[in-house]
Amino acid sequence: MHMLRDQACIVGVGETPYCRAPGSGVTDLNLMLRASLAAVADSGLELSDIDGLMTPIFGASGDELAANLGIENLRYAAQVNMGGASPVSSLQSALMAVYTGVANNVLIPIGWNGYSGMRARDVSEAAAVASPMGPTVQDYYLPFGCNAPPQFYSLMARRHMHEYDTSPETLGAIAVASRKHAQLNDNAVMRGRPLSMQDYLDSPWISEPYRLLDCCLETDGAAAVVVSSPDRAKALAGKTGHQPVYISGVAEGHPYPADDITNRPNIFTVGLTHAAPKAYEMAGLGPEDADFAEIYDCFTFEVLQQLEEAGFCKRGEGAAFVRDGAIELGGRLPVNTHGGLMSEAHVIGMNHIVEATRQLRHEAGARQVDNARVGVVTGWGDLGDGSLAVLTRK
Amino acid sequence: MTDTATAESGYHLPLPRLRGLTAQWYDWIKQHELRFQRCDHCERWRHVPREVCPGCGSVDWAWQPSSGKGRIYSWTTVYRSLHPDFQDTPYAAVVVELEEGPRVMTWIVDRGPDDLEIDMPVRVVYDDVTPEVTLAKFRAGD
Repeated sequence: MHMLRDQACIVGVGETPYCRAPGSGVTDLNLMLRASLAAVADSGLELSDIDGLMTPIFGASGDELAANLGIENLRYAAQVNMGGASPVSSLQSALMAVYTGVANNVLIPIGWNGYSGMRARDVSEAAAVASPMGPTVQDYYLPFGCNAPPQFYSLMARRHMHEYDTSPETLGAIAVASRKHAQLNDNAVMRGRPLSMQDYLDSPWISEPYRLLDCCLETDGAAAVVVSSPDRAKALAGKTGHQPVYISGVAEGHPYPADDITNRPNIFTVGLTHAAPKAYEMAGLGPEDADFAEIYDCFTFEVLQQLEEAGFCKRGEGAAFVRDGAIELGGRLPVNTHGGLMSEAHVIGMNHIVEATRQLRHEAGARQVDNARVGVVTGWGDLGDGSLAVLTRK
Repeated sequence: MTDTATAESGYHLPLPRLRGLTAQWYDWIKQHELRFQRCDHCERWRHVPREVCPGCGSVDWAWQPSSGKGRIYSWTTVYRSLHPDFQDTPYAAVVVELEEGPRVMTWIVDRGPDDLEIDMPVRVVYDDVTPEVTLAKFRAGD
């Protein structure tokens, strides 16, 4: 058996309210502190028990977070710099820290004013100067006006459409399912705004084949989780009433080459392609065992692609997999039961981990997946970094 | 924008930073030659430029000429620009796969976004956008 299987648990989750206009009215740091306080309170731990911190990829430093939270004995602080794959990959780092005793209780916060602060458009404009995407984008893509994620990934989506006859309605089914789930979630920004396939098809082009409704939201908000040992998780459960959620398997992967999407031998082989089998092997479980999946949904096609690369279906068979409500609650594999980045909020995928934890605790209310015992969560970071966690309830 | 051309040239779109291997690649294009690195040891072509052959680890390579012929691998048609300089929309950012194997981001100069097809044969043309920089673009045809 894999030495790290089930060797750490998610014991606490916390979120701020998620919103768009007029914005949160507080700083990124403040948002992350509020989510952290909520997660620690949810865990039953005291702030003084936190001795590990996975520092966020932007918005605040570990020093600032620890200083505000009164973490006097921080023994382990590290950053996983994988964009939207960071939260799930951070579960792996937190698990290793807890298992080895480097830290006992690891806090993982992330969040931003993604709506009222620097929005995606501004980030992309800043890319012209600062090039957070790296020199390949700046020196080889940007001169031709290809400088932002919807453009990068629509290149993959079009190629998939060509090779596998993937239709717009297939991508639309993913947007519609997310929005349907958001109607059951009080904290979803798109609650009260249902979406039909025709609405999807009528939405304007952003970067064809991506329409507006293929794209995730820009929102303000933060989320955090606390990772601890199974023994502490069991002890805390007696106090909080929350079932321990085990990190049964987790892995990260990187595409090759990571900095150039165009020259990959196979454009569909991404970080998740490598991460998924490792995570399943660690867990001793496979995609067929999953009761639900929270898939990093920066864009609709990335959900389709990740369903394929995570082994829920074969490459090229995603269209058949998502058809007829199969990824909606009540379907074969409910996907993004909270509404995801597309209809709940864009919290860099930490909200996917929070939702999976609630599902496995059986605390998801109206959107609860019956008797959920195994959940899969993925992360996706530019330009195709991937991570996957298999979370379980015992 | 620091990397845009001077006002005299009239060219207002972002330009590559000419340094290291990137400067060398663009310098061949300025001479109207499309070249890619090719490993002296295992003869593998590569792009974007790298110091070491990812196939065999050799540090020995040369800029070898490409035929300039290729096919459209994929493209995206940008309707809502995400860069302040690219306001002339829609435009298509196109990936062309050259005969030798490397793929490049480019524009097709003689076809609108609605007249592109995957696997369409294309051929390199050179656009001297500023006195310092030439961009390798493509036109339809064998």
